[in-house]
Amino acid sequence: MEAPIASCIPKGGFNFDLVSRNEYIQQAGTKVPKTKKTGTTIVGIVCKDAVVLGADTRATSGSLVCDKNCEKIHYIAPNIYCCGAGTSADTENTTGLVSSQLELHRLNTARQSRVATALTLLRQYLFKYQGHVSAALILGGVDITGPSLYTVYPHGSTDGLPFVTMGSGSLAAMSIFEAEYKPNLSIEEGIKLVHKAISAGIFNDLGSGSNVDITVITKDKVDVLRNYEKPNGRPYTRQYNFPRGTTTVMETKTTPVRQRVDVIESGVEAMEI
Amino acid sequence: MDSSYGLDLNKPLYDGRYSWFDHSKFGGTVYEPKPNDPSTRTTDPIVTGTSVLAVKYKGGVAIAADTLLSYGSLARFRDIRRIHKLNEHTIIGSSGEYSDFQYITRMLDDVVTDNHIADNNLQPMDPKSIFSYLSRVMYQRRNKQDPLYNNIVVAGYRNGESFLGSVDLLGTHYQDDHIATGFGDHIARPLLRNAYKPDLTKEEAVKLLEKCLTVLFYRDARAYYRVQICTIGEDGVNIAEPQVLQTDWSVGNVTYGYDGRRTALPQA
Repeated sequence: MEAPIASCIPKGGFNFDLVSRNEYIQQAGTKVPKTKKTGTTIVGIVCKDAVVLGADTRATSGSLVCDKNCEKIHYIAPNIYCCGAGTSADTENTTGLVSSQLELHRLNTARQSRVATALTLLRQYLFKYQGHVSAALILGGVDITGPSLYTVYPHGSTDGLPFVTMGSGSLAAMSIFEAEYKPNLSIEEGIKLVHKAISAGIFNDLGSGSNVDITVITKDKVDVLRNYEKPNGRPYTRQYNFPRGTTTVMETKTTPVRQRVDVIESGVEAMEI
Repeated sequence: MDSSYGLDLNKPLYDGRYSWFDHSKFGGTVYEPKPNDPSTRTTDPIVTGTSVLAVKYKGGVAIAADTLLSYGSLARFRDIRRIHKLNEHTIIGSSGEYSDFQYITRMLDDVVTDNHIADNNLQPMDPKSIFSYLSRVMYQRRNKQDPLYNNIVVAGYRNGESFLGSVDLLGTHYQDDHIATGFGDHIARPLLRNAYKPDLTKEEAVKLLEKCLTVLFYRDARAYYRVQICTIGEDGVNIAEPQVLQTDWSVGNVTYGYDGRRTALPQA
């Protein structure tokens, strides 16, 4: 017989006990809700002493756009940000987890976080879950060793590159980068190129759309340019400004909701206890 | 009243070539499969070409393809021609199964010749008619569950008007100012959409296609650096000799380790 204490130790990893039950339910006819995916275009580029990250803002649930203006560039540390593609829950919670771990680490070491640390935490986490955590990330930041840019794939592999794209719109964005990237771009040129690449994803890929978000990370500061451009605005809005009298007034009747009470101050009197 | 004008309409009209009616003239006898015979349909393409790109410019159309045929992941034939001239007004390019493209060119060559001869004004067959005929053949084959496994791009110029269209293995056909098949659909199309304008010059169009083919060579694992860019326009048909693309691999100098162990970014 098992010792009671052995069963209290958590086994870790995923618990697959409900898989056969879920499969049975699904084949019996229940409609399983589709995961909210970000079906995305995310990009990153290393400029002179800076990293520029870009993302679109459309979140899809199957072929429905469930969020027209979601945020895909997540905070990891004051000097490190991460774009996420794949299942929204996975990207948001994974980046949140690593962000918390890094903050504790900063308190422990009293130093600025390094991108390589975030990278190692992310890839060890994703590899442990063997690709079931569907998070494809672009990690970028500037630390004591300089600007860094990495891609992290759902199975846990990583690449360090000067320009990267991920998501369903990655081919459209990569074609812009391959045509126009040059090493050592200035920050303004970097922003322009990132904007062009995200726009290519927005207009040529159906999984991406709405607005362009850009984040610029340098040694001294981070510029979060949320909704840097909104090329898909609503073209017509209805103004409901009808002056009083547009519809003829036939009769007016006023019913006070509450009786008017007049309060008269008569000097300060102490309360009797 | 005999309305067949003395002809036996059960037999084909011409005694020589029967290109409209009897496609067995190209493959020998027609093979009618029996129930237990092996499958004779194109199920998977074997020897394949990758993307074909095309763009209209002011006074013509430019069409480009690389000179590679792949045998799965092997770069088998590195100097073939995937663009074919049909007549003075039309050229076609193909991606997909190359043997089906060879069949299509032989069939269309005959169709074009016969149309030219039969035409009352001795005019060559125009690009739109070739496009229509081809799309009907492709759709018919698809309905027989025996497709010609290609995406054919038809480019033409006649009487001052450019023509550009694409037909695929399902019979889906459309015309547009710029066409890209295969991988080019995802990678070259954004570049073509950004750069296209109605008064593009011939030089700009050729440069644009070169740029797209270079990006495709970087990102398509079945693409090649030797390409053929042909034009058809006011100055006639130019089936150019293949040229080698200029590629820039210097990004290799700025890549660094995959796991963050590096201490400093190497100088470019």
